[in-house]
Amino acid sequence: MKKGWKDLPIGGVILEAANTKKYATGDWRTFRPVIDLDKCTNCMRCWIFCPDSAVCLVDGKVNHFDYEHCKGCGICAVECPDNVKAITMIEEAKAKEGK
Amino acid sequence: MGKLVALTGNIAVATAMRQINPDVCAAYPITPSTQVMEQFSEYVADGLVDTELIATESEHSAMSACIGAAAAGGRVMTATSSQGLALMWEMLYIAAGMRFPITLACVNRALSAPINIHGDHSDSMGARDSGWIQIYAENAQEAYDNQIQTVRIAEHMDVRLPVMSCMDGFITSHAIDSLELLDDKTVRDFAGEYKATHPLLDVEHPVTYGALDLQDYFMEHKRAQAEAMKNSRKVILDVAREYKKLSGRGFEYFEEYYMDDAEIAIVILSSAAGTVKVVVDAMRAKGEKVGLLRPRVFRPFPYNELSDALSNVKAVAIMDRADSHGAEGGPLFMEFKSALYNNKKQPIMINKIFGLGGRDLMLPDIETVYRELRDIKNTGKIRTVSEYITVRGEEAAYGKA
Repeated sequence: MKKGWKDLPIGGVILEAANTKKYATGDWRTFRPVIDLDKCTNCMRCWIFCPDSAVCLVDGKVNHFDYEHCKGCGICAVECPDNVKAITMIEEAKAKEGK
Repeated sequence: MGKLVALTGNIAVATAMRQINPDVCAAYPITPSTQVMEQFSEYVADGLVDTELIATESEHSAMSACIGAAAAGGRVMTATSSQGLALMWEMLYIAAGMRFPITLACVNRALSAPINIHGDHSDSMGARDSGWIQIYAENAQEAYDNQIQTVRIAEHMDVRLPVMSCMDGFITSHAIDSLELLDDKTVRDFAGEYKATHPLLDVEHPVTYGALDLQDYFMEHKRAQAEAMKNSRKVILDVAREYKKLSGRGFEYFEEYYMDDAEIAIVILSSAAGTVKVVVDAMRAKGEKVGLLRPRVFRPFPYNELSDALSNVKAVAIMDRADSHGAEGGPLFMEFKSALYNNKKQPIMINKIFGLGGRDLMLPDIETVYRELRDIKNTGKIRTVSEYITVRGEEAAYGKA
């Protein structure tokens, strides 16, 4: 059950630190980034620039995207160096259809 | 009892601020409120207060700094007028929405254009929907008394809303008036210590202020804010009663002057009420049943109490020192008509727009309004619902003043 007006902290203050994790913003996306790990050089640029901390690492290496929070801004794909270009943006609708 | 002094309304308010000793004041000077902060900055320079005074580059920044300081956990005050209040506009709503008990001394002045530095109520009436509590003072004494009470009203846990304490530009702010001051310790004890609910400076308990609040929660937050404004009704009276014990001066939502058996009455805010009282005294001496009602608290508007107070009057003139062009009368008039709509007994109501840009309201002008009310009472007919008075180019519609 979501809280009613009497139970919320006043003034819209959020008492819990880092609770934006609970706010799934992934459904705002119209294009999603897809990474070709064979091309990726782990320069970490995408990880640094991602405004939503949606580039996920495994063992310190770029591995996948957090599609729950990635808004599809495409910064990662632009920042991926020209001689690498491991990230492509594909239409969300097509991605969902599995094309 | 306190000490009798002669001060301008501005310095009376600055004195109250000194006695309260707020944590932060952020302000930008504007006539006629400049003297409040000018005087207060002397207190800061002389080490009489511990306040961090922030001289900002605009009123928008001043209110922004007040909001930041309030989020940090401070007791915060500022002062402004007219264009300054207008420039604070978006931040006024944010201060109220974030539930910061900031207090603002609003020295009422007309809004441009044409440019005018003198007193009317266009500035604060424009801010009436911003979520701030609004209290209007008749004179320097009340401006001082209100200023002290505002912190207790704003900071009450059932309220936590900003409060605007208004007085008339120049008439009250710059004229030297006699008033009684409480001693510093009494005021400081009355104000007490402010405890912020979730101060940002409490780094052990990090919180987020000003987060995005969309369809899913915005209405719940606004509903809670509306409730706080409702709660302030009781708090305003409780604080006034406690203040009366210290000062001997009592305050209600509004002042009634010879209203008990009044057949006709004028409703008017702030300093002009003092002038109306002179007329009421003279007419009462001749046996005429005239009265005056001076609202002190405009937000929250005490609907029930005000409509009860007017229910036995036959005819009443609501006098507005501000207009709402295109509406049928000024903001005070609309409020009263709304308040009385559900009453079985209703007076006939007319509206007079007066005193814009500091235009004087003289004794004969007020007598003319009472004469018109007397005729309305006798005939039951009204000539016009709302009109400007004391304006050239329009033949004094109701007899010569």
